[in-house]
Amino acid sequence: MSNPERTYVDPSINMETEAYWNGTKEGKLLLKKCCSCGETHFYPRAICPYCFSSETEWYEASGKGKIYSYSIMRRAQIPYVMAYVTLDEGITMMTNIVESDFDSVAVDKAVEVTFRKTEGDHSLPVFRLV
Amino acid sequence: MGRSSKAYIAGAFEHPTRKAVDKTIAQLHAEVAFGALQDAGLSKDDVDGYFCDGDVPGLGGLSMAEYMGLNLKYIDSTETGGSSYVVHVGHAVDAIAAGKCNVALITLAGRPKAEGVVSLAARDGDGGKLPERGFEIPYAPVITNMYGMAAMRHMYEYGTTSEQLAWIKVAASHHAQHNERAVLRDVVTVEDVVNSPVISDPLHRLDCCVISDGGGALIVVSPEIAKTLGDRCVKVLGSGSAIGHLNSGKFDLTHTAAVVSGPIAFEEAGVTPADIDYASIYDSFTITVLETIEDLGFCAKGEGGKFVSDGNLISGVGKLPFNTDGGGLCNNHPSNRGGITKVVEAVRQLRGEAHPAVQIPDCTIALAHGTGGQISARHGSATVILGRNDA
Repeated sequence: MSNPERTYVDPSINMETEAYWNGTKEGKLLLKKCCSCGETHFYPRAICPYCFSSETEWYEASGKGKIYSYSIMRRAQIPYVMAYVTLDEGITMMTNIVESDFDSVAVDKAVEVTFRKTEGDHSLPVFRLV
Repeated sequence: MGRSSKAYIAGAFEHPTRKAVDKTIAQLHAEVAFGALQDAGLSKDDVDGYFCDGDVPGLGGLSMAEYMGLNLKYIDSTETGGSSYVVHVGHAVDAIAAGKCNVALITLAGRPKAEGVVSLAARDGDGGKLPERGFEIPYAPVITNMYGMAAMRHMYEYGTTSEQLAWIKVAASHHAQHNERAVLRDVVTVEDVVNSPVISDPLHRLDCCVISDGGGALIVVSPEIAKTLGDRCVKVLGSGSAIGHLNSGKFDLTHTAAVVSGPIAFEEAGVTPADIDYASIYDSFTITVLETIEDLGFCAKGEGGKFVSDGNLISGVGKLPFNTDGGGLCNNHPSNRGGITKVVEAVRQLRGEAHPAVQIPDCTIALAHGTGGQISARHGSATVILGRNDA
């Protein structure tokens, strides 16, 4: 069973992250990888935080991962699941778990990306149990 | 005599207020500064170094220095959230050792209770400049669910239980019953904690610290000045600070930057966790204490749940008496930043001036640790090790 969902505020978007938010509008979760050291980092940056190379490139993530940790915010008007999800690509990102019964959410459970419209019509990647 | 110390804490003061409806923040800073100077036996004109967080009114410490009429040759407004003031002690010692100043004043003050709590999203302000903002704020992180995620992961990896976390609050409450100024003075049981409402899984209301107004101040002085002030001066034996962050998406929520700050401080002090008679451990949440105790080496990683159980943190009962003023969990958390009160209570213990019911007999070596920001995101950890005047 799914729970009622809160509304999502807009992300702040800048010239380093514009492509990420354009991608989410097309239903794609984009990540940044370094062309020099090959590492994927998150959140995406113009400069690789591992080796400081300025050669970084976007690629589309599988959208699959596992819950690294979570916390159900029960004392909110509309309770929600705050989470960190580790993607198959190896990075862990903050997100919400949606469309999922709170009691079914657990660390290490498999999840997949889906998207939610924000107040200003941007698209926010969130995850649901698979 | 005894261990060498590059500087001493000569004055320590905790503001008595818990709700400052009739005072400005600047006024609170001046009141705690006055209190600490009086405690040290010094006057305002002796101060030549000033340390504050980045949250004070004005640009760094400039406005506060003017408000208090300080004439300074050294200023430092290092900002690492609630751990700032523990960082400041270390920085003050270094500045004094380098001959840059002789009498350092550290202040913290705030009135979140009187003003109402401001959300993280509102505080974060200009999203265009804050690089991580777009990847966090839409998901509605708040302090409780962020610490909740650290606790959840710790439980997953090590089998830590809510009952074990509850023992931390139980110990704090045993101490707070003797502190007439504590916000929460009732002794609570493990059952009371785990039966209190869940705020954000797995943290219950009683896993959280209180919200209060107030502040505190410290005076750090050179050894030469300490000699003139008598044996209430406390040695700063070692200090260390470090930060932790999300490491570009590859991180571990079961550790804090105390794994770095602790060893630096212990090494400088020439002591080990076994030598610590009393520990002030930053306690924004029960999980903050549990992870810190492990990270500082009081027990192995993952053994914290067992370590804190059965009253092991209660003065007169357990092996590691902690937060004998009741800490942030029961006493106060001025300005949502508890670091300075951690040092203040450690100083009280080393002077033998804690409440008689919680005073550790022959308290010689104490530790104070601050954690600022969020352990499940960006945070600052700072450790100081203090010694009684004859340590």
